[in-house]
Amino acid sequence: MTAYIEHLTPFLRKTPFHPRIEALMHANNWMRWTGHYSPANFESVQSEYFTIRNGASVYDVSPLIKYAIRGREAADFVNHLITRDLSKIKPMQAFYTSWCQDDGMLVEEGTIFRLGENDFLLNAAKDQLHWLEQTAYGFDVQIEEASNDLCGLSLQGPESRQVLRAMGINGIDNLKRFGIQELELNGHWLRIDRAGFTGDLGYEIWCKPESALWLWDRMFDAGRDHKIAPIGAQALEISRIEAGFLLVDVDYTSALHALRPSNRMSPYELGIGWTVNLNKPGYFVGKRALKKEKEQGLSRHVLIGIEIEGRKPAPGSFLYADQPGKVELGLTTSATWSSTLKKNIAYARVPQAYAKPGTEMWIEIWYGKEHKIERSMVRCWATNRMFYDPPRKSA
Amino acid sequence: MSKPNAADVLVIGAGHNGLVTAAYLAKAGLKVIVLESAAQVGGAAVTREFAPGYRVSGVAHLLHGLNPTVARDLNLARHGLDLKAARAKTRSLLPGGGGFEVGPDVAATATSIAAISKADAAAYGPVIARLVKLADALAGYALHTPPRADVTKMDWRDQLNLGLFALSLRRLGKKDMLELTRILTINVNDLANDFFESEPVKALLCFEGSLGVFLGPRSPSTVFNLLYRLSNLGANGQGGFIVPKGGMGSVTQALAASAKAAGATIRTNAAVDHILIENDAAAGVVLANGEELRAAQVVSSADPQRTALKLIGPRHLDTMFVSRIRHLRMNGCAAKIHLALDSLPPALANAAGRVVVAAKPDDIERAYDCAKYGRVSDKPALELLIPSLSDPSLAPAGKHVASIVAQYAPYKLKDTSEHDARQQVFERSLAVLESVAPGLSERITASETLTPHDLETQFGLTGGQWHHGEITLDQVLLQRPAAQWQQYRMPVPGIYLCGAGAHPGGNVSGAPGYNAAREILKDAEAAKTRGAA
Repeated sequence: MTAYIEHLTPFLRKTPFHPRIEALMHANNWMRWTGHYSPANFESVQSEYFTIRNGASVYDVSPLIKYAIRGREAADFVNHLITRDLSKIKPMQAFYTSWCQDDGMLVEEGTIFRLGENDFLLNAAKDQLHWLEQTAYGFDVQIEEASNDLCGLSLQGPESRQVLRAMGINGIDNLKRFGIQELELNGHWLRIDRAGFTGDLGYEIWCKPESALWLWDRMFDAGRDHKIAPIGAQALEISRIEAGFLLVDVDYTSALHALRPSNRMSPYELGIGWTVNLNKPGYFVGKRALKKEKEQGLSRHVLIGIEIEGRKPAPGSFLYADQPGKVELGLTTSATWSSTLKKNIAYARVPQAYAKPGTEMWIEIWYGKEHKIERSMVRCWATNRMFYDPPRKSA
Repeated sequence: MSKPNAADVLVIGAGHNGLVTAAYLAKAGLKVIVLESAAQVGGAAVTREFAPGYRVSGVAHLLHGLNPTVARDLNLARHGLDLKAARAKTRSLLPGGGGFEVGPDVAATATSIAAISKADAAAYGPVIARLVKLADALAGYALHTPPRADVTKMDWRDQLNLGLFALSLRRLGKKDMLELTRILTINVNDLANDFFESEPVKALLCFEGSLGVFLGPRSPSTVFNLLYRLSNLGANGQGGFIVPKGGMGSVTQALAASAKAAGATIRTNAAVDHILIENDAAAGVVLANGEELRAAQVVSSADPQRTALKLIGPRHLDTMFVSRIRHLRMNGCAAKIHLALDSLPPALANAAGRVVVAAKPDDIERAYDCAKYGRVSDKPALELLIPSLSDPSLAPAGKHVASIVAQYAPYKLKDTSEHDARQQVFERSLAVLESVAPGLSERITASETLTPHDLETQFGLTGGQWHHGEITLDQVLLQRPAAQWQQYRMPVPGIYLCGAGAHPGGNVSGAPGYNAAREILKDAEAAKTRGAA
């Protein structure tokens, strides 16, 4: 190719599962995820969504950025990095946590796998090796990006356990929520953790890249009678919002990537203050600032769930205290119609005083209708952001 | 229950700033213990024996920056410090004999320079006077706490101090204020070319502008370093260079006496291993021998890197703060050489003041070129004192000591061992000295060379940087030691920084110690009010 259009050469990377995904990709609708091809949808977003909620959905999570953290003081380092108390997490457990900058603003929230006393794998959405290395100064610890060492499939839905059983995975019934299990199957190494982004029963199955196609085939064979189907990011997004999970760049901006300091947010402001343990032994990055924020009530707002009258999805909509819209409260980030709950739901950034479940507010939604832009001002109510939380998730 | 508190305040390090802080706090009625790792007080301002019978100032060897307010408040004259001594002249020695001398006497200075250049002789006095005036306007801020960087968070004190600072600049008048803005960030070589025509006079200005910073005469910010040094000649310093009787140790001895008279306790041979932190606040210190001393306030006069990374430790600190402190520019670039001399060569026989050996700006720039790439300068620029000429007690009868600052000797060496670097500094400096003072080498009976590496290991100066961080525009005022932490408080409540790593910075001034004491007392007062409420 001639030099002047070299930059137009396709450059996205293909995950080890790509040959299987591409073959099913009727919609030809790809997204870019950390520089990889990632499916947005295969054909019908609605049917993929109902696979998540009623069957067994498969989503390629290989593009996640992974950092391996090991060394004599790896546990001390992780405990210094994160806001939760690591001493409560045993080896072979995964856990959700926040980690912050000096002034308590969120770098990211996500899942860390504790594989051993001093052996961790951190899954991140954004590159942050530099941040980890800066924070590791003074700790005997090695941090390596391990993104390409493993690839994985997220198997989510009420039928997911049945699929794993049918694959012949022993002991899957004993795997508790956030537990991790490693095993060998037909000579292939597998790591299974019970977690996911859908708020339902679900697992992530990780393997070496060379085992990827075997894993895919084995899983789809086993899932034949369990409504197994691949899904894309659009269907996942609906279930993600129903489950109340945060998405970086949608619900918040990572402090490392914010263009203005005021764009950054604290865990308290994002409604994940429960991940901050101010009483854990020792210091952690941002502790002084977070303690001050909590004690002095410095949070500017809090991200809550709201239920909205009517059916019009309300992303980026303004909330008011009154129907005429004189007293502005905040705005929504993620929003969707929940087909399972038959509810119009969204996340909204509101002052703490409006966060109590049941508090009534007004929301202004603009929508297109037959060549016109219509405006509707309807009621909404504060609620727990975890809209969808079936008992089987942790049973 | 843990041990009772040993004191209200523990001060780490009995260098000049640690002693100043201790003296002010003790005067205010607080129970203060100063902990010094060495056998004698003084830190980098000490007099010590380097060969039997020969004593010399360890690191700093000239007194010029001591703040007059501090000297007066602490009664240093009564405690044995003679500040009335004559201000020393600076003699620039040129290869092959000859040179010129500058000093407080403007007419004598002009006469001396006239032998080299009539134009420079006429220009020198007025140029230096104007630079000192500009430097004075900046230095007026030395005894104030730098304001918070965030304008919205300034309290009335911040606003007042900043207002007074602006006023002092405004009072310079339009012409001088414009001149200050013109020259503040530029390099001293350009400045020298603006005013002078002869190489030796330009070289002297370039030497003053690059002394103590890892920069050459053509590097930006060297004019700022020049102004920083010249401010010592004005109202905020001693008005000139003093070669103190008894060496620089006499300054810290007087400070120690003053602190003790005010009620402070000083313990030598008491090296602090780390600061004890409990419930995210200072609780005391742990000494190297394991002894624990408790206090609610701990003040460190060590440099910011040593204080944050070793005494406090990164585990008690936040990521960006640690990174900022780690990346402070602490490149020591000057070595100390001490000589025991049987007698003096003719060229130095009457050199009672300061001697500078730097004939051309390019000589200094080339010396810096070597250091920039990790080598000891082929031909170092030198500052030399023969303190035994004014104080014979420093050497056996009839003998002499020389104290030399050699620039540049980089802290970060490339392809050179510490040992070789020490050897090179000595040999190359003496070669330069031989060219201006023949016969010096054969009169040496003993010597000591301290490279930046030695200054780090023997005096605890990280990077061998004698100012606790280079004096450059990006490392002063709001940025000293780091933005948001310029008000002497460290991130962990109850821990303070009182050394040269805090505003206004280096030299034996006592100003950081003075400012730190004021902030500590402010906090102690607030705590008392809270306790009473």
